Amino acid sequence: MEIKGTELFVKALREEGVDTIFGYPGGMAIDLFDALYDAGDMDVILPRHEQALIHAADGYARTTGKVGVCLVTSGPGATNLVTGIATANFDSIPLVCFTGQVARDLIGNDAFQEVDIVGITRNICKYAITVRDRKDLGKIIKQAFFIARTGKPGPVVVDIPKDIQNQLGSDEYPSDVNIRGYKPSTSVHVGQLKRAMTMLKAAEKPVFLIGGGVKIANAGKELTKLAEKMNIPVVTTIMGKGSMPTDNPLYVGNIGMYGNYASNMAVSGSDVLFAIGVRFSDRITGKIEEFAPNAKIIHVDIDSASISRNIVVDVPIVADAKVAIEEMLKHATACKTQEWVTLIQQWKEEKPITMAHYDGMTPEHILKSINDIFPEATVTTDVGQNQLWATQFIEMNGKRKFHTSGGLGTMGYGIPAAIGAALAEPGQPVICITGDGGAQMNIQEMATATYLELPVIICILNNTYLGNVKQWQKMFYNKRYSATCLKYGRSCTRRCQVDGGCDGRQYLPDFVKLAESYEADGIRVTSQEEIAPALERAKLNTNRPTIIEFMIDKDFDVYPIVPGGKPLTDMIID
Amino acid sequence: MENVKKRWISIYVENEIGVLARISGLFSGKSYNIDSLSVGETEDKTMSRMTIGVTSDDKTFEQIKKQLNRSVEVIKVIDFTDTPIHMKELMFIKINNCTENDKSEAFRIAQVYGITVEDYNKNTVLLQCTQSEDKNNSLLKLLGDCFGYRIEVVRGGAVAIESVSYSDR
Repeated sequence: MEIKGTELFVKALREEGVDTIFGYPGGMAIDLFDALYDAGDMDVILPRHEQALIHAADGYARTTGKVGVCLVTSGPGATNLVTGIATANFDSIPLVCFTGQVARDLIGNDAFQEVDIVGITRNICKYAITVRDRKDLGKIIKQAFFIARTGKPGPVVVDIPKDIQNQLGSDEYPSDVNIRGYKPSTSVHVGQLKRAMTMLKAAEKPVFLIGGGVKIANAGKELTKLAEKMNIPVVTTIMGKGSMPTDNPLYVGNIGMYGNYASNMAVSGSDVLFAIGVRFSDRITGKIEEFAPNAKIIHVDIDSASISRNIVVDVPIVADAKVAIEEMLKHATACKTQEWVTLIQQWKEEKPITMAHYDGMTPEHILKSINDIFPEATVTTDVGQNQLWATQFIEMNGKRKFHTSGGLGTMGYGIPAAIGAALAEPGQPVICITGDGGAQMNIQEMATATYLELPVIICILNNTYLGNVKQWQKMFYNKRYSATCLKYGRSCTRRCQVDGGCDGRQYLPDFVKLAESYEADGIRVTSQEEIAPALERAKLNTNRPTIIEFMIDKDFDVYPIVPGGKPLTDMIID
Repeated sequence: MENVKKRWISIYVENEIGVLARISGLFSGKSYNIDSLSVGETEDKTMSRMTIGVTSDDKTFEQIKKQLNRSVEVIKVIDFTDTPIHMKELMFIKINNCTENDKSEAFRIAQVYGITVEDYNKNTVLLQCTQSEDKNNSLLKLLGDCFGYRIEVVRGGAVAIESVSYSDR
C-alpha cells in the first residue's frame, strides 16, 4: 500500500516503541505534526523553546534508557537544537532529532527558513543525514534509532524535506538493519581481559576508575559486586557517580578538578588503575604527565577512539562495560588490599569535602537536606558551582538517578532535563539543582511544567553571581569581576572589584513572584532552619512545580580545587 | 611529538552527498592536517575510495585511524604505512614566456624524467607528470630552479593502491 511520508514517519515511531515526542512545530514540520494528531498512543510534548525541548528529551532518555525523540521545523527550529545535540553527544545520550527541511527543489536557494542543519551538526553528533529519496525514508529512520542507541550512544539528526513528507510511497518499515560501516562491538577480547585481571590481582594499590559508560551500560550492580569480591576501592568521575552506592565502604568519591582529596590521592598513588567507561578528559586528569605516575593503566571502553587518546594505556580493551565486568566477575578473587583500603579510608575521614568553615546556610546544608527528604528522587543539575556542589554532596543509594551536563557543561540544562525526567517517571518528584544564572537560561519552561502538572522542584542556589567564573576571578584573576555580577547595571562601575557584592539594586527577577505567575509554588529560603520546611512543603506539590530560591552567600566557593594544568595532588583544600 | 612523518591511508566510504565534508570536517575539527586528499567512485558505485596523505606523529595517526573507523560513513580504513603500494599523482605544469632555449630545455627535462609534453605553442609548454608525490615534488623544484616564477602548477592529489607483487612503486 502507498502511504505518505508523514504516515510512514508515525508508523516508524510506533515500531520503535516511541511513546513521547518532544516537538515544536513550524512550516516545514506541520505535515509531520498533522500526522501525529491522530496518534493517540504518542504523547507530543510542547516545550517553549527548542533548546529546552532537546534537553528535556535528553533528560527523558537518561531516565528511561530509551531513545529520546525530538521533532522540530527547519531553519531556526533546527539551529536551536544545536547546543542540545552537542550536549547529548558529549555525554553519549541516545537521541533521534527529526528536523523539517524545505522541499528538495528549494534546497540551496536560501529559501525561507532553510538551513543546512546536517552540515551544521555533522561534527557534533553521531550521525546526520538528509532524506533525499522517499524510498529511503523507512530505512533511514530505522538506521537512526539503531545508531543512536547502540555502541557508544549519541544523537542522530534526520532531516526530512517537506516534499518527501508528502510524497506517496511504500508503507514498509524495515525490521532489520545492516550498515556496512557501523558494527558496534558486542563482545570482549577474553585473552586481553585475562591479562588485565592478572595485572589487577598482582596489584597492591589497585583502584577502579568508573565513568559514565558504566551507568549507560547499566552495570552498576555488577561493578559493586566485582569491587566487593576483589576488595578494590572505587573512584568515579562526575558522570560515573552513582554506579556504586555512595555509602558503600569501598566507594571513595569523585576524581578530578573538584574531586575529593581521597580520590585524587588514591588515583595518584595507585599501582594499577583499572578504568571503565571513562574518557580521561582534562577535568579528571589534571596535568597529564603526572597522572597516576606509578600505575599500570587498563582501560575498558566501547569506543576505541577513547582509548590511548589522552592517557596512553598498558592494556586496552574495547568492550561494553557490562559485558566486560560480567566476564571479569568469572575470574575475580579477593585481593590483599586491606592496607590500601584502610589508608584511603583514612584520607577520606581526614579530609572530607565540607563547607563547615563557612557561616550561615551553605549548599552543603541544602543538599544534605535533599538527601534526607528525597533519598530516591532523580536529581538534575545545571552547570557551575551548583553542579559541583551537587556532585560533591548528593548521595546516591543505587536508586536515585543523577543527570548533569558533564562533558559540554551546558548552562540551561537543569530545568528542562528535570521536566524530561519527570515525564519519564510520572508522579515521582524530580529535583533540579540550579544557579540563578542557569535557571534564567530556560526559565520559560515553567509554563510547560505547570501545564503538564509535573512535580519538579527547582532549587535555585542564588548568590547573585555567575559563581563558578567569579570563583576563578577571585582565585586566579586578582578579583577582577568582569561580567559575572547579575545585578550589574548602568549605575555600576564597569571595573567591579567589590568582593562580596555591593548594595546595588534588588535582585531580578523575584523568583517567588515569577513562580506565582506560572501558578507554581514559590518559596524563598534565607536561613538553615527554613530548608527542611521548604522541602517538605515542596513534597506536597505532587502535581505542580515548585521553585525554592535559596539565598546563599556570594563568597561560598567550591573546594577542593585543582587549578587548571596542575597535577591532581596539587589540591587547594580550602 | 614522536616520529613525525608523512603517512598514507586509503578509505572506503559511502558514495553519498556530504561524506567528503564529513571526512574533511573530521580532520579540521580535530586539528589534523590533511596534506592531500583525493576521492573517486570505485568499481562499486555505492562506494568511493579516498587516498589521504597526512604528516603526523604516531599518536595522532593512531587517533586519525580510530576516528575514521568510528564514522558511520566509513566502511574500511587501510593504513599504507607498511604496505607496498603503487602511487601516482597527476601534475600539470605550464611554463610561460619561453624562449627557444627554454623550450628545448623543457623538452629535454621531459625526456629525461619520463614526463610528457602535453601541449605547446610559440612561447608556452605544457608538461604532464604522472609520478609519485615525492617525485613530483623533486621535479617541481627542478623546474622552479630553471624557470622561476614563469611556471604555473596544478596538482591532483595522489591516488594509491596496494601492489600485487611485493615491490613499492
